[in-house]
Order: sequence, then structure tokens, then C-alpha cells
Amino acid sequence: MKQKKANIGFAGKHGENIRSDCYIEIKPTIRSGLNLSIKSKVLSLYGESIRNLIYEMCEFFDLKHADIFVDDYGALPFTIAARFEAAYKSLFPDDTREFLFPMNKNNLYKTEKDSIRRSRLYLPGNEPKFFINAGLHKPDAIILDLEDSVAPSEKNNARYLVRNALRSVDFYGAERMVRINQLPEGLDDLHFVIPHNVHVILIPKCESSVTVKDVEEEINIIKTQHNISDTIYLLPIIESAMGIENLQEIATASDLICALTIGLEDYTADIGVERTLEGKESFYARCAIVNAAKSIGIQAIDSVFSDVNDMESLRKSTLEAKSLGFEGKGCIHPRQIKIIHEAFAPTQNEIEKAKKITLAFEEAKKKGSGVTTLGSKMIDAPVVKRAQKTIEFAIQYGLLEPKWLQKNN
Amino acid sequence: MKLIKNEIGRLVPDKVNGVSQIPFKGVNKYKPSGKKAAPQISSCIDYPANGNKVVKNLKEALKKCGLKDGMTISTHHHLRDGDTLTNYLFDVIHSMGIKNLRWFPSASFPVHSHLIPYLEDGTIHHIEGSMNGPLGKFVSEGKMKGIGVLRSHGGRYQAIQDGEVHIDIAVIAAPTADEFGNANGLYGKSAFGGLGFALADSLYADKVIVVTDNLVPFPCIPWQIQGNNVDYVVEVESLGDPSKIVSGTTEITKSPDRLLIAEYIAEFLDVAGIIKDGFSFQAGAGGTSLAFIPFLKEKMKSKGIKARFVRGGSTKYLVVLLEEGLTDYILDGQTFDLEGVRSMRENPNHIMTSPFTSYNFHTKGNFSTLVDAVVLGATEVDINFNANVVTHSDGYLLHGIGGWQNCLFAKCTILAVPSFRDRIPIIVDEVTTLCGPGELIDVIITERGIAINPRRKDLINKVKKSSLPLRTIKEIQKEVYEICGGKPEKPKFDKSKVVAIVKWVDGTVLDSIFKVET
Repeated sequence: MKQKKANIGFAGKHGENIRSDCYIEIKPTIRSGLNLSIKSKVLSLYGESIRNLIYEMCEFFDLKHADIFVDDYGALPFTIAARFEAAYKSLFPDDTREFLFPMNKNNLYKTEKDSIRRSRLYLPGNEPKFFINAGLHKPDAIILDLEDSVAPSEKNNARYLVRNALRSVDFYGAERMVRINQLPEGLDDLHFVIPHNVHVILIPKCESSVTVKDVEEEINIIKTQHNISDTIYLLPIIESAMGIENLQEIATASDLICALTIGLEDYTADIGVERTLEGKESFYARCAIVNAAKSIGIQAIDSVFSDVNDMESLRKSTLEAKSLGFEGKGCIHPRQIKIIHEAFAPTQNEIEKAKKITLAFEEAKKKGSGVTTLGSKMIDAPVVKRAQKTIEFAIQYGLLEPKWLQKNN
Repeated sequence: MKLIKNEIGRLVPDKVNGVSQIPFKGVNKYKPSGKKAAPQISSCIDYPANGNKVVKNLKEALKKCGLKDGMTISTHHHLRDGDTLTNYLFDVIHSMGIKNLRWFPSASFPVHSHLIPYLEDGTIHHIEGSMNGPLGKFVSEGKMKGIGVLRSHGGRYQAIQDGEVHIDIAVIAAPTADEFGNANGLYGKSAFGGLGFALADSLYADKVIVVTDNLVPFPCIPWQIQGNNVDYVVEVESLGDPSKIVSGTTEITKSPDRLLIAEYIAEFLDVAGIIKDGFSFQAGAGGTSLAFIPFLKEKMKSKGIKARFVRGGSTKYLVVLLEEGLTDYILDGQTFDLEGVRSMRENPNHIMTSPFTSYNFHTKGNFSTLVDAVVLGATEVDINFNANVVTHSDGYLLHGIGGWQNCLFAKCTILAVPSFRDRIPIIVDEVTTLCGPGELIDVIITERGIAINPRRKDLINKVKKSSLPLRTIKEIQKEVYEICGGKPEKPKFDKSKVVAIVKWVDGTVLDSIFKVET
């Protein structure tokens, strides 16, 4: 193994107000064995566990002589391991071995191209304290972010954390997304996430089909290396005037694209205007996104709403997005999720329509057919599926009785 | 001192600071007998006929009270973390060379770490009251000379009333007082609301000193403390730091996880049928406990329901309910923010209560059993619903009991707790320190689910068909242990060294707190 000249490897955070994280420092020494020093707020409860994990990782990486310091603020094992590995790899960047926890069996679920994506909760990739309970707030998707919410100096550390989170943290059924960095750096990110049951890759600042194809190609290489057969979908984020101009080309670049979304902070900066609550400045771009997405039967998802204290404006903004044809909105705080879901809740008209479709389909099934018509419109599987989702939401929101079908049959 | 197993299986000392103790016998199993303590008879002829009891300073007042070694000095905690008066009081006592005092506060705060040198040099022998923050650490490490005694607010009142604790000198910090000693906490730069926690002290102590930074001409109205019980009045420039007198824990949490818990609480109360016209509730001062009030308020408004009374700790959140006509009364044990102080001053339906009315167990009834639902916090809960509120999972004293134990007698007791804090699981196999027997704790609400005590079949039946995330307490514990990387180790204690005891509301000894091995 080739050793870099760096004297001390370190990763993580320390100082005041740190929670659920730790700082790890590794200083290789010559023939003095392992000297482990731990400062921890949970020393009397998990001191032995922390010690055992560090020794296990030293053994895994053949680290026999080093002074190791752990400053722990109640970090969970996946965080400690990520911090240790990042610190170690900063000393030995050519070591390709990975210390992986077993995959949490609750994380083995899959997704679908047309999964519901009303709310997608962004979690900064270098902040483990936000990971643990994110799924409890029931977002449709969580996005572990390696891009804008991570400081440049922390990008590499965040990769280990996000990788470990994908394996260990239970997101309670939320679709598992990762936003990679802008290419080419983003291609390296893929190696940290593709083998760990990520469902959707968000491609930031997407301006052409080439970007999408580069990501798809890299994913395929990694999937082959790791013998992965599950489909991993792509979600380009359009954040520039050029991106909007090339929408059709981007949207059709890959069959794996499940949705298009827009990043309004960067887009408004690109066209040189302020982002406003009314959003007139981005009206054209948002409509273009919806149109491009719908033209090929995929979802259109609106940008995040960035004022976490203004719930009323969030509600208005979401209702407007829904009226434009968007099917989801990004969120940056768990309290936004409920508002977004409520705003996307089906209207009475939508429920009535969904009921009619479902009933017509049930009738067709009884007659042994998978396809039928309602008025002049054909009812096939995707239409039925959408109707069933509307019904599911309606029941979930208390707008429809759970046993409505039995009563109507 | 011998350790004996009490009725709930905890080892407790038979004697504490030389005084024999009664081990816990079970909930509602111990009834005291005998007569209440009585204060000394005083004669008004010993006091100035012109009503002026002002002396030049605290030292003179203490001298006139006959302060000597081994006495019991009481203070109260309404000044909270802004309390510089208590620190100054012991500075004066120390300068007088007095030793071996029992300090009997209604609670202590981190500001009182100032007193650690006086615990070290023997000015203070031991504390009977809460031991928070740095004081808790000091005591937990076995550095206090005597053994600490932790009581609930109600327990403290009755310990005075029963004669279990005899106060030699009570020092009452009064934001407003007159020369006769009438006092209240409603006006002045140090206003903190009601003075209920000092009431027993004023009634039973041998000597009572009122200290104020707002001396007004007689009569000081309303007289929450009556001058007829007061020996001396001392005027000082300042009682404390007004910015810290109002508690910092009375803001609603911003944590999304705790807000989720708060939403569950309101939803639970709704589907359990507790929110109905004329109902009552009490919320503690924690961010989560408070956070459920706005959720509850929305439900009350949408149903057109009004509460008969709400119990405080009053905060602006309760005041809004009163002022919007959503409750008839606030029955206020202590006032946590300036809106609470204003409301108590201005609104006749915002009533000051004392631990006697609200919590005292040795009376002909008290308010706590009348409350329909109470929402409290805890540091730990075990799988049998026993709960801890005084020590951290690492064994260190962290909080006082406050009115927590007394509140457990409400018709529905809810503990609102995160399932873990950082890497510290809150649901454990056995609580480090037992403060509340599980039979009195009905519901645990965490962000990972709601566990109802199997004893409360009625509640289970009412909510079982709801969309609430109902789980067993063991299921939540198992999930948290998996997240945290297994079952936590136990902190190590020196079991030969009891540093403090926890009393139950009836005065018996519920548990011991042992020296933490460092």
C-alpha cells in the first residue's frame, strides 16, 4: 500500500453545539501499536462499542500503529465509521477497500418510474443529525445531497457519510435519492452510492443530453461491477437558461429519466433576476418543464420553497405548482412536507373521476378485459394506476371512505 | 446507614443525615398520622407598631434572626437562572463564618454553581431541593458532605407542614414589597408572577426575611405573601438578572421531530375523547410539552370547545387560550414568561396557586387528580412505564422533580419524550433513578410511536382504530437499540455511597442516587 505523506488524517466535526456527530483524528506512528483516546458524551453507555468499532476498522484497514483520537457527540455507529474511514482515506487515498456495515434489511425496497413524488426532502450530506428521523415525517422521497448544501472542503467526507447512511439509516419507505455534484465530480460520487440501493440520482445543473448520458453510462459500469440489476432512475435538475432551451433533448436522453425538475435559485441567477414569491420571472421556465415532462409521460416537479417559516406562502406556491401541472415540490424542512401533501391532495373532481375510472376498470376485469373505455377515452393500466393513487390519497386524507368500492359495487 | 429494599424493589437508606426514613410502600399505601407542625406564636408587640420592618442589610437581618451553625435556610426558585440573591445570601452567611447549614431551596439552577465553594468548605452541609447542572455534577461525584433530598413541589410543601423539615430562616425574594412585609411577584423590574412556592416558608419558618428591589408604600397589593408572617424587610438594588428570571425553556421547540410528537399528543387527546367541553389539562414548561398547545388550540376552535381550566406553569401559549376565551381559568403554579406575569397581573381569571392547593398529598384532596390530561417530559422511561426525571442516563443528577410527581395523578398522564437523544436511548430496561411508578404513567408519546400502558385498556380501546402510530413500548425500544448500535451499558456507581434520595409524594423514600464512578 502506498502511503501519502500527510501526517494526520482527520474528518468530522468538533466544537460547540455539535450533535450526533464526531471528530476523528488518526496519526500513524512507528511501532507503538494503537493508542486510542475517546472523549464522548455517551462514554458510560457506549464507550465499549465505540472502542470495538475503531479497533475493528483498524484491523480491517491493517492499521497497526497509530494515535487515534475520537471526540464524540453521540454519533451513531454509521457516522463514526464514516468519519474514521474518511480520516483514514485522507492518509491513504489509494486504498480502495471499503468498510461497509451490513445493509439494513428495512432498506431493501425498490421504487418505480411513476412513484409518487409530491415531497422530496433535501438532507445535507454532511449532517448526520438530520438523517435519522427524516423518514418519520413521511416525505415521498429523501434526497441525500452531496452538492450545494455541502461545503467544498467537506465533499469527500460527505460521500462516506451518505454511503453509510444508505446502508444503515431507515428512511421508512421514502424513495431514496442522492443529488450528486456537477460533472465531472459527480461521476466519482456515483461510486459511493450506486452499490447501496439508491433509487434515483439527481443530476444538477443539467444543460444537455450529454450530461445525462455520461451519468447513465457511469451507472451502468458500476452496476455491472457490482452485479446490480435494480433500475436506478435519473432526475435532471434544470437550473439555467440553456437547460430550459435544451429541455426536449435532456428529457429524452434516457428512458431512465423519471421526472424533470427546476432549480430556481440558480435559474434566476442565470437569467439575472431576483427570485420572487410570485415567481413571474420563472413562469416560462416552469411551464416549459411541465410541458417537456408531460410530452413524454414523466413527472414534473417544482423547485424547493426556501422560506421555512412561511407556511402560508408555501401552501399558495404548492397550489400554484399543482395548477401548472407539477406533481411535486422540493422541501428543505420536514414541516413543509405536510403542507405540500395537503396542497397536492386530490380535489373532489379528481376523486370523482378516479372513482369512475376504477369502477369501469373493475367492471372490465370481471369481463376478463384489462382495457376499457370511459366515454370516448381509453382506460388502460397507467390511467388506472393514477386513478388508484388518487383514490389512495383521498382515503389517506379522509376525503373518501376506505370501503367506497364495496359500497359502489 | 443501612440500605433496605422498598416495596418497588429499590435500595434505599433507612437514615438520611441522621433522620430515620420510611421506605416507599406503594402508590396510595402510606398515610401519615399525627398533627401538622405549627409555627411559633409571635406577638405583634415585638414588632414595630408603625409597621416598618426594614433593616439596613441582609447581614443585619440574618443576625437579628439569630443565624447559627446547623440551621436550615430556605429560598425559592422564582428568580430561576437569574437568581443572584441566593448567591449573595450565602456570600453574606459565609462572611459571618457560619457552618453546616441545610439549604432548602424549592429548586436550584446552574447560576447556583456559585455555591459549590460553600459546599466544599462546609458552609452548606447539604441541599434538600433540586440539584441541577453543575451542582448535580458536584453531588453525583460524591463531593457533598451530607446526603441530598429531592422532593416534588407538593412534597416540599408537606415536608414543611408535617414538620419533617423545620425552616429556621426563610429568605423570600420579592419583586415588590412594602415595609410591613406584604409582597408579590407581579410588579417591579424583577417581576416573575406568583410567589406560591414561598408560601409554606412564610407560614412555617421561625424567621422570615423579605428581600426586595422594589419597596413600595404600604399596602403592597395584592399580598401574595402576608406581612403578618414576616420578621424583617431588606431593600437591595437588585434581586437578580431580569433577562434570566424568565425561563429559557418556555419557547416552543423548533425541532421537527418534537413538533411531530406534539402533533401526536393533540391527536391522541382528540381520538381518546379527552378534548371535550369543560375539560382541563396541564402542560409542563418543556418545548415539546408546550408545542402541543397550538395544535390543541386548533382542535378546540374547530370543535367549538372550551376548557374549564388549564394548569400552569403559565406561558404566553396558555395566556392566548384564556384571552381568546378557550378556557375559563388559568390555575397557575408558577409563571414562566412575561406574558404570564402580565396576564396574572391583569386578568382575575389567571389565578395564583400554591403547592398546597395543587399538589399537597397530605391534605383533604388537591387539584392534581382533577386534571383530565397532563403532558410531561422525562429523562428515561422503562419498559414497565416507570420514569426518571432527575438523573441522566449516565447517572448524573440533571433536573429537579418540580411538580412532576404530583402531576402523575392526573386522569391521563402523558410523557412526551424523544425515543433517543443523540445516542442515548430514552426507553430502557430499568430506569437509572425511579421518580414515577409506572402504574401512574398512562401514555408514552415519541416520534417513533405511541405506547399506551397496558393497564389503561380504556384508552387502548378508544384509540385502537385511529391512524395514530400505536406500538408497544418494547417495539419502540427495540428499534432504538438497533439504531443506537445495541443496548447501552449501565453507568458505574459506587453502591456504598448514597449521594441523594428521591422522595415519593407521600414523604416515603422511592429511590437512592448513588455516587457516579468517574
